[in-house]
Amino acid sequence: MMTELEKYKKVEAEDVTFWYRAATVGAFPEDGGACVKYKDLQIAVFNFTRRGEWYACQNLCPHKMQMILSRGMIGSTGEEPKVACPFHKKTFSLKTGKNINGDTCDITTYPVKIEEGFVYIGFNEVF
Amino acid sequence: MKKIVVIGNGMVGYKFCEKLRAAEGNEIFDVTVFGEEPWPAYDRVHLSSYFSGANADTLMMAPRSWYHEHDIDLRTNELIIKIDRIGKTVHSHTGNSIAYDFLILATGSGAFVPTISGVDKKGVFVYRTLEDLDAIIAYGQKVKSAAVMGGGLLGLEAAKAVYDMGLKTHVVEFAPRLMPRQLDENAAALLKSKIEDLGIGVHLSKNTREISGNGKLTGLEFADGTKLDVEMLVISAGIKPRDELARDCQLETNVRGGIVINEFMQTTDPSIYAIGEAAAYKELVYGLVAPGYEMATQVVNQLVGKEVKPFMGFDMSTKLKLIGVEVGSFGDPFGDIEPCKSIVFEDKVKGLYKRINISKDGKKLLGGILIGDTSAYNMLLQMVQNHMPLPPEPEDLILGSRGGKEPSGAGIAALPEGAQICSCENITKSDICKAITEGGIEDISALKSCTKAGAGCGGCVPMVQDLLNHELKNLGKKVKNVICEHFDYTRQELLDIIKIKEIKSYNRLLDEVGHGDGCEKCKPAVASILASTWNELVVKQDTIQDTNDRYLANIQKGGSYSVVPRIPGGEITPDKIIVIGQVAKKYGLYTKITGGQRIDLFGARVDQLPDIWEELIDAGFESGHAYGKSLRTVKSCVGSTWCRFGVQDAVSYAIRVEERYRGLRSPHKLKGAVSGCTRECAEAQSKDFGIIATEKGWNLYVCGNGGSKPQHAQLLINDIDSETCIKYIDRFLMFYIKTAEPLNRTATWLNKLEGGLDYLRDVVVNDCLGIGEELEREMDFMVDTYACEWKEVVNNPVLRAKFKHFVNTEENDPAMAFQPLRGQKIPVEWHGQ
Repeated sequence: MMTELEKYKKVEAEDVTFWYRAATVGAFPEDGGACVKYKDLQIAVFNFTRRGEWYACQNLCPHKMQMILSRGMIGSTGEEPKVACPFHKKTFSLKTGKNINGDTCDITTYPVKIEEGFVYIGFNEVF
Repeated sequence: MKKIVVIGNGMVGYKFCEKLRAAEGNEIFDVTVFGEEPWPAYDRVHLSSYFSGANADTLMMAPRSWYHEHDIDLRTNELIIKIDRIGKTVHSHTGNSIAYDFLILATGSGAFVPTISGVDKKGVFVYRTLEDLDAIIAYGQKVKSAAVMGGGLLGLEAAKAVYDMGLKTHVVEFAPRLMPRQLDENAAALLKSKIEDLGIGVHLSKNTREISGNGKLTGLEFADGTKLDVEMLVISAGIKPRDELARDCQLETNVRGGIVINEFMQTTDPSIYAIGEAAAYKELVYGLVAPGYEMATQVVNQLVGKEVKPFMGFDMSTKLKLIGVEVGSFGDPFGDIEPCKSIVFEDKVKGLYKRINISKDGKKLLGGILIGDTSAYNMLLQMVQNHMPLPPEPEDLILGSRGGKEPSGAGIAALPEGAQICSCENITKSDICKAITEGGIEDISALKSCTKAGAGCGGCVPMVQDLLNHELKNLGKKVKNVICEHFDYTRQELLDIIKIKEIKSYNRLLDEVGHGDGCEKCKPAVASILASTWNELVVKQDTIQDTNDRYLANIQKGGSYSVVPRIPGGEITPDKIIVIGQVAKKYGLYTKITGGQRIDLFGARVDQLPDIWEELIDAGFESGHAYGKSLRTVKSCVGSTWCRFGVQDAVSYAIRVEERYRGLRSPHKLKGAVSGCTRECAEAQSKDFGIIATEKGWNLYVCGNGGSKPQHAQLLINDIDSETCIKYIDRFLMFYIKTAEPLNRTATWLNKLEGGLDYLRDVVVNDCLGIGEELEREMDFMVDTYACEWKEVVNNPVLRAKFKHFVNTEENDPAMAFQPLRGQKIPVEWHGQ
């Protein structure tokens, strides 16, 4: 199962080599998330309407290795945007992927951009 | 090693062991305890709770393992039959002999049974031990009426127990008034009328001459020629100290019973002590637990060589709730010990009687009596015990406590540091304050377990709570329970805001009265309030719902969901069972019967949910709301339609109740049950609301739950008809929904509710807040606007489209995997990081 986790490699905005066109903006619920499949990866994408921001992270919750984070509730703690796993309410920063409860490991986040009504997720791939 | 033998393992005998093993220097003692009952010491003070469902284990003072861990040799079921004072040895009925250096007689007391002809008839019981209670409960199943002989404290306690069993109850008292030792004539008359209001017969000045019946009791005959027809008699006319062992070995005993002791609890043999109800100090036997504990402590202190103050007698003040009536009697209740003046306040409409006796010089409080409202008891008792100065207008003590808005902590602040708050455990004000200020304790349950205050009779708990609030306030700590960092309001305040401002969306509420972007705490809490107020479809705001409410199903390991169709009252036709089976087979679902008499179908993918529900709805099913913080099921037994014992049609009523409250969103899940007779096969007393059939209608119990901290439901009202029962459940549920904190079940809510069950009954039954009709209207609105959520989703393509795993492909979650088990499937075990 650890190899599953290792598939998700952090991508900083400046390192993006490939923008994957995932779906239309309307496919993602307001102030909520949905799951995108890219190759053998599952990426949770969040439409944080309240803040006018978009976030993406691995769909895999590292606590019990469940493909679930896209169904989690989003919100904030202080200024930090976060998502809570539906299973055991482990929370992760949507900006950095850091586990906020401090009792499980961090998750990988991905850059997101919106262009002409489409949602793109950024990957760094060597072709 | 010195050998201590304790004869008797009752509350006081146990307390001796506990205090001894907690004392410094106790290691030199080898302790053996003999108890004649089969089980270790239990709480006799709360014996009547055995009738409302407490079991022997919850009444235990400490489990058997405790004695083992504390190196105490506990021998239950073993009766000591002889004390050999010269050989310093005791002999048990099984032939064991054991030597002692110190002997502690904690033999307690038995029931006093007057010599009346016919007392040996079948159906005559005493009220003293768990075995007595088991016998009373068993016999009570077969009869409809019972009398309790004795109108004192114990007698009324027994009457409550019999009354709770659903029997027509009578109290027979020799004296011309109830509780003659604690109450004056007016107070006793008020208590009598309150008890009679419940339908209990009270017969005073009755000298029972004969217990009549041929082998089995059928009635009582009194000296004045009158008769009372009853089928059962419970004698609770006082106690008789168990002093026979002492008498047999020539220790001095009192003429009216009791082993004579001096101010150091020593009998006439200095190596033998007597404590508790077996002992008589200055010709007085103390039939309360607190003096017994005090005696136990005294002996322990002597044995370990601690400083000892001689026992000077003990205050017999008492506060308790008798058959739902609060009664308090403190200090010198009658004012006949020294010259005094009395202030009396009586309100017959509200059923209040308060009397305080004040010293002739007007400076000291000597004692008094409280009926109907004992909220001032602890404070008044403290004033008596600590000789505190009276306020300039002493009548304020009994009149001002309710109306005036003076801070309740003021009285507490005035108490001296050494004031005893918990008399059972001898805990002082400074003990409690230290735990709060130095121990950092912030809630009452932690405070109770840390200091042991309130662990005995529990009478001091309100005062401990007041002290806690007062100290926390002094420390500048906030006591308000706001729901999270995004709203500075309690759930109840948010509910009022939502209602008054007619707010229907989470975002608008956050914009108007909150800050930040919300979180996983406030979103579902507000979603629940919105649903409880406006009853709109929860999936309209799907991203503020917990995942179960978002997908209207219960998430399980691996990310699949389970489906539970509603089966009201647990009644289902063969055709419908077949449909469930067919659906399960078609979608490859694991099936299991739930605890709430329904069938759970596990292992559905999120995209399968609407298809499954379409088929279930076509067959006439609707959502079971197993996923919601809402009404789950109303469980039922088969009731009078089939069962030879049933007295009401439990299934029909359960269906009616379940259909009324289906889909009702609340702070936490709600469960109900209806039993068709007192055998209670539906386990209604473990539910948020439980209805038990009686010959005359229904008994309504509220605020029970199973789970990690099981709690029995308590009787709200008895013998009501079906319409009234629904009316009260309407009010009860709505009141809970409107005032509870998030994720507090009704039991937790009640435990925190100021005034407890009595207050709840006042609100629901007596409508003391005048909101009864409003609550009913609000419930009617919920009932009228109910719609099956799944039906809406199945018929709405936009909502239906949300049920898929990926947004960019029709593929299913490749990570979801199952394995076989006993011919069905289960998810593969999940892995931690």
